[in-house]
Amino acid sequence: MSTDTRTDTPTIVLVGHGMVGQRFLEALAERGLTATHRVVVLCEEPRPAYDRVQLTSYFSGRTPEDLSLTDLAFVEDHGIELHIGDPAETIDREARKVTARSGLVVGYDVLVLATGSYPFVPPVPNKDATGCFVYRTIEDLLAIEEYAKARATTGAVVGGGLLGLEAAGALKGLGLDAHIVEFAPRLMPVQVDEGGGAALLRTIEEMGLTVHTGVGTQEIVTDASGAVTGMKLSDGSELATDMVVFSAGVRPRDQLARDCGLTVGERGGITVDEQCRTVADPRVFAIGECALAADGRVYGLVAPGYEQAETAAATIAEDEAAFVGADLSTKLKLLGVDVASFGDAHGTAEDCLDVVYSDSRAGLYKKLVIGRDGTLLGGILVGDAEAYGTLRALTGSVPPIAPESLVLPAGAGAPAQLGPSALPDDAVICSCHNVTKGTIRGAVTEHRCATVPEVKKCTKAGTGCGSCVKVLTQLVNEELEASGVEVDKGLCGCFGQTREELYEIVLALRLTSYQELLDRYGREEARGGDGCETCKPAVASIIASLAPAIGADGYVLHGEQAALQDTNDHFLANLQKNGSYSVVPRIPGGEIAPEKLIVIGEIARDFGLYTKITGGQRIDMFGARVEQLPLIWARLVDAGFESGHAYGKSLRTVKSCVGQTWCRYGVQDSVRMAIDLELRYRGLRSPHKLKSAVSGCARECAEAQSKDFGVIATANGWNLYVGGNGGATPRHADLLAQDLSDAELVRLIDRFLMFYIRTADRLERTSVWLERIPGGLDHVRDVVVHDSLGICDELEALMAAHVSHYRDEWAETINDPEKLARFVSFVNAPDTPDPVVGFVPERDQMKPDLPLLSIGMRPAGSTETAETLEDVLEGSAQR
Amino acid sequence: MTLAPETTDLKVQLRLDDSWFTVCDLSTLLPGRGVAALLPDGRQVAVFRDRSGSLYAIDNRDPFTGAAVLSRGLTGTHRGRPFVASPLLKQRFDLAGGRCLDDESVRVTAYEIRTA
Repeated sequence: MSTDTRTDTPTIVLVGHGMVGQRFLEALAERGLTATHRVVVLCEEPRPAYDRVQLTSYFSGRTPEDLSLTDLAFVEDHGIELHIGDPAETIDREARKVTARSGLVVGYDVLVLATGSYPFVPPVPNKDATGCFVYRTIEDLLAIEEYAKARATTGAVVGGGLLGLEAAGALKGLGLDAHIVEFAPRLMPVQVDEGGGAALLRTIEEMGLTVHTGVGTQEIVTDASGAVTGMKLSDGSELATDMVVFSAGVRPRDQLARDCGLTVGERGGITVDEQCRTVADPRVFAIGECALAADGRVYGLVAPGYEQAETAAATIAEDEAAFVGADLSTKLKLLGVDVASFGDAHGTAEDCLDVVYSDSRAGLYKKLVIGRDGTLLGGILVGDAEAYGTLRALTGSVPPIAPESLVLPAGAGAPAQLGPSALPDDAVICSCHNVTKGTIRGAVTEHRCATVPEVKKCTKAGTGCGSCVKVLTQLVNEELEASGVEVDKGLCGCFGQTREELYEIVLALRLTSYQELLDRYGREEARGGDGCETCKPAVASIIASLAPAIGADGYVLHGEQAALQDTNDHFLANLQKNGSYSVVPRIPGGEIAPEKLIVIGEIARDFGLYTKITGGQRIDMFGARVEQLPLIWARLVDAGFESGHAYGKSLRTVKSCVGQTWCRYGVQDSVRMAIDLELRYRGLRSPHKLKSAVSGCARECAEAQSKDFGVIATANGWNLYVGGNGGATPRHADLLAQDLSDAELVRLIDRFLMFYIRTADRLERTSVWLERIPGGLDHVRDVVVHDSLGICDELEALMAAHVSHYRDEWAETINDPEKLARFVSFVNAPDTPDPVVGFVPERDQMKPDLPLLSIGMRPAGSTETAETLEDVLEGSAQR
Repeated sequence: MTLAPETTDLKVQLRLDDSWFTVCDLSTLLPGRGVAALLPDGRQVAVFRDRSGSLYAIDNRDPFTGAAVLSRGLTGTHRGRPFVASPLLKQRFDLAGGRCLDDESVRVTAYEIRTA
């Protein structure tokens, strides 16, 4: 037994090294107390303080090291004696000594208890059976993971609060069939009311979790070996489950304090004053979840705990500080659902009134509690907590606008869309030119601009990078409609029809000629003309998507189609800012053999190209002149490469993680599936580019949820997510269907893509399309999963035709001398390169050498040589 | 009948000062698309043919970016007049006069063109 007597230096002993304990140490250091005091920390867990709030993110791939809050250099620099895995066992207040489990005895001048809390496990029979867990520490998570993988297919969580939902989500992520058992009649009973609980319930159930509310757990059922097989519930039913996670709340860990005679509250918690000093002993402090604060509450949130840590440190430093209570407002993202509550969320004030907006279809619930005099007292937001910041700020005052307009979706009652109309007038729409919504509205109402180009000219909005043009158009149209002007929904000045209508015309009449379409169905004044740069590529895309079905040539540069394509499609490469092109061969699923990598390297070296790895797991070669493209592609095709369609509004790449084959976490062969999908949908022309990814487990390393269609492996098959996007307006994909077999997955994607191609607007990504089409995700699910329109056979047949008619555009081009003739810089000097295309060296490669311009306009992304403006625009979801 | 050989042999010519400079065969121009031609003094010209058979020629250099790419833009008709949209930033230029339709202060040189 080692004994440690007090030295001359005053000693602070901290018991517990959790989040609050760590913050306390930092506060000591900030106040210089670590220099004047000896600081000893006794920590029970086998690792120093980590981010317990983010605990569940362990299951989405964060390691215990990622979660750590403790910088060992900090500990060393401040001479803190940190004893890991050695909890305090007894306190002798008389002798001012703490004894740890190892036998270490430390004398103190000041003792700070930050012992936190322990999970409450209801006293039901067999609660300690094999397969019963709590959810509190990293060690708990490791044990849950190990057991789930080895022996469980079903898991139940007792408790439908914050942690319970997280635990259930984690079980689901481990591939288990997850159940939540909550005694209260709704989920998250503390934070939300009945309506909020209902909205939450629907969303949680849609994720595939089974929720049992209003029932208690009576007994854990075990087999002969003592392992969990099920639970008996208070309604008499029995739930079969292989494991149980208790997450029914926490209790302050105050045993150490009780044992040494410190005062504790009736329902637990070490009683402290406003300085966080225990009422029984001025040398002892208690902070965090183990403390019963001066306002009579135990705070289970980290922010008040931090405040207490600051208060205790300040008091020890003999500064003025007090902790008198904290705001319990919370905003959380649970399993991807926003949940927020603030102020008097449950409406306990006398005579208060509610304003409630509820849309359980969309999983939305918003409630505001308003006082008699109109003061905003509090509220609850489920499904969309966007307004939390504003509302919390307004709490305690009378809001400047009617309370209902704070919770109603914009334009409710009118057919206007969600989105731009919800923005306040001072919201900046065009960030390039710093133009606000109010300015744009003013252009329409005061300056009498009647079209988007006029508004652009008047305000400069949308003339920078162009990514706001979609929002700008919506705003202008809304403003025009509001002032009684009829808004033309036509595709462009040449066609009065929408893209969807043109698609139907082309399909029904099997029109393969743009000119015929324009002359028969174009606007009167456009017939017989040359169309425009908007409708030509849009119609070319429709014809290409439907080529086999309508009898058009599937080669996009065949006949008249050649004249309709944007420059990228026309040269089957991506135009860059100086007039050179980039080349991207297809690397399906990101899988590439060394031999092929070498070929790419050799080609790039021989042609002096700049190479860069793309976000889509392939290699982009920049700086090719027009006349070099066929030479480059002859070598690529010869080596077995084909077009990557980086230039087309078509499938780009299907990203993948290595999956089950190599990864210890993988549950399916994600690489094979990614390759299969990429080869199936390659070359498919669509309203906008299509991105996809396949992840081999719920860790989601391939980021499938940010793709137009993303696939995530489960123990039972595949989950299909749709409508995801990165870019300027990121959107998490929505789950369309789960646990699909290979064949079911492919069939659903066939239908989904063809339905999107049929009904989307020009340059409308799936994310925007899904939000725009009436009925949204539910409608799409009805159509493609339940075949509510009876069109699925046709959608599948169209896709089958595409798949069977696919040909590599580049192989076809280099084998046809007539097609090759277009690949020259100058029609009258085929062997002369364009002298404007020049390069200068940079970082061992080269970059475009741009000529000086007389006009000071550059694309907004001009620092990014990697993208043409077109691609900058494509990166934004709003186009 | 000598009509067919004559039409296929037609040359596209640009007026440079006092002389006509031959660019290419008419048959190499695809309606709705352009080609670039290099002039003896190093300038570049974008040459277009519309669906009615009319020819146009403007400077190939996009004044907004400095790149010689206007010949690769998409053409169209705006209020009865032919235009090309730059493939880089999409500004439209009147093919007959070279005026930029999206910025009055900008114009590119337009050339006289004929077949012979």
